[in-house]
Amino acid sequence: MRFPAGIDELAKTIVAGVIGFTVGALIIKLYGYDPIAAYRALFNGAFGDLYSFSESLANATPLILTALTFAIGFRGGMFNIGAEGQLYLGALAAVAVSYFHLPSAVSFALSLICAVLAGALWSLPAAILKAIRGVHEVISTIMLNWISQFLCFYLISEILVDPQRAEKTISVVESARLPLLVQGTSLSYGIFISLFAAIIIYLLLWRTVIGFDIRATGHNPLAAAYAGIEQWKIVLIVFISGGLTAGLAGAMHVMGRPPIYAIYGGMPSIKGLGFEGLAVAMIGRNHPIGIIFAAIFFGGLLAGGRMMQLSANVPLELVRVVEGMVVLFLAIPELVKLFGWLRKIGIPPIFRSKRS
Amino acid sequence: MNLDYAAGILLGSLHAMVPITLTASGEVIGESAGLFNIGLEGIILVSAMTGALGAEAAGPAVGLMVGLGTGFVIGLIFGGVCTYFKGVQLVAGVGINLFAAGLVAFWLIHLGVPGHHAVAAEHQLANIATPFGDFSPMILVAVALPVFLYVLLFRTKLGLKIRAVGENPQAADVAGIKIHLLRLLATAAGASLAGLAGAYISVDWLGSVTKEVSAGRGFIALATVVFSGLNPLLVLLGGFIFGFFDNLAVWVATMPTIKKFIPWQFIAMAPYAVTLLVVAGVIGRAKFPAAIGIPYERE
Repeated sequence: MRFPAGIDELAKTIVAGVIGFTVGALIIKLYGYDPIAAYRALFNGAFGDLYSFSESLANATPLILTALTFAIGFRGGMFNIGAEGQLYLGALAAVAVSYFHLPSAVSFALSLICAVLAGALWSLPAAILKAIRGVHEVISTIMLNWISQFLCFYLISEILVDPQRAEKTISVVESARLPLLVQGTSLSYGIFISLFAAIIIYLLLWRTVIGFDIRATGHNPLAAAYAGIEQWKIVLIVFISGGLTAGLAGAMHVMGRPPIYAIYGGMPSIKGLGFEGLAVAMIGRNHPIGIIFAAIFFGGLLAGGRMMQLSANVPLELVRVVEGMVVLFLAIPELVKLFGWLRKIGIPPIFRSKRS
Repeated sequence: MNLDYAAGILLGSLHAMVPITLTASGEVIGESAGLFNIGLEGIILVSAMTGALGAEAAGPAVGLMVGLGTGFVIGLIFGGVCTYFKGVQLVAGVGINLFAAGLVAFWLIHLGVPGHHAVAAEHQLANIATPFGDFSPMILVAVALPVFLYVLLFRTKLGLKIRAVGENPQAADVAGIKIHLLRLLATAAGASLAGLAGAYISVDWLGSVTKEVSAGRGFIALATVVFSGLNPLLVLLGGFIFGFFDNLAVWVATMPTIKKFIPWQFIAMAPYAVTLLVVAGVIGRAKFPAAIGIPYERE
């Protein structure tokens, strides 16, 4: 079977999805719950009504942005997993602006600007080390993620701490918050900022010379270098634009997510958004439009997980198990051919139907 | 008094060193063969869970073995995807981490008390009592293992083969080595040590399982491997340094006088900063196999 490239990518995602949900169902069954009731609740909780769908979109808002960080890198042949650390600093930079009690219009704009700049700034060491010393970005971004985490723990507990409630930072001032799109839900106008960012990144990658250079480097770095594309420029652009979106993801959380508009110590609400963004990027096949749908799907799983826990008693953590399986199988480049391959090595007789 | 303090910190550092050294030693084998497993964090987590249950069912020694076996099985899945199926190693590893985080959190809720499962003292590995505190026999394992692996990797024929499939798989293939099989077994053996580390955490050191019990030690182990430049003996040193800072940060966090002078968070981040400097070439230069991270394909 041969598919055109786009269909092939979609087919791969569907195959991985089916495997992921099957493994999830087996685990649900193994632990003595009802898989069908669980998945029905999961779907209803994700897309069943306006409230559910709003929560799914609210969860998708930062994921679109952290997925873009990874996707830009992936298109340029780099494995940038630094979104996690950049996102922490972006979120705290947005909070920090509220420390200064500025006029309302200024504080909104400044929060956004500081967040994206903080994200971009934290992407620089990895970019510079790669461009100058050839240090692999996976190693440097892992280190920077941890340094960022401890730096943020310090900032949360010592500098930005709420004088009334020591367990969290000060809240973002009301004038710097994104208004809610659907009242009574977590969905703010931030979703439009995320969608806008996805479109910008799409235009950057597919409609500009720089984007062409990035993709050429990703396809074949040697040929790209021979064609006169300067590697260090590509590395810098990829990392900085990734840092901008990751920082923005942090801002979306503290400026757009009710009710606290702040970060608790230990950062439970934003921890992991960077790595989940990586999963979203893989499911969206590293394409901004694919990422939008993948992020809504992922956000839906998280929202639906709550419903699954309430009505089918299945712990919502199960959705992570499914996510992990989907990502693991998406790592296989020729997943669609997997079934053909199984036929070739011979399926054990017990799995064969009588007629064949 | 001061000597007691020093001995206490040293002992604490040694206990904190064990999971990092075990995991990093294993990862040295895998990376020497050309597979970079970012899923170590997840392997530690799941093995801490299965190890604890194994210990409760049949004693601490069995618990440690169950952890080892869990690591081996996950290593086989990761290795299978990344060798025979030519999977992208980093993506597969991230998948394992997500899967593990979900599975262990799910399992803990299923066991009753959400988020925490304590292993009763009688199911934990017996430690040797010393005047300065308990001393785990696993410390001896963690010290002996890197020495053994050093000999294996650099002084035996098998070690040469492992390094060959990581450095130049084409040449190794021509020499008749089964690339995929050797890579698969190397990474699974490495992952089983991460599994042992996970079981050590729950059955011996901390005596409990939480959904964050691995606490980044899989990533610290990856950093230790980088720090060591794939030399098991330097893994031992690197593991001790990370263990020391891990322990020191906890200690400083409880000391109000020192906390004012230097926050614990800065001590905790120090090893990562040092590793960053090491890879940047400020302090020595790490060298990695030429074919690391690249799936092998016959031409």
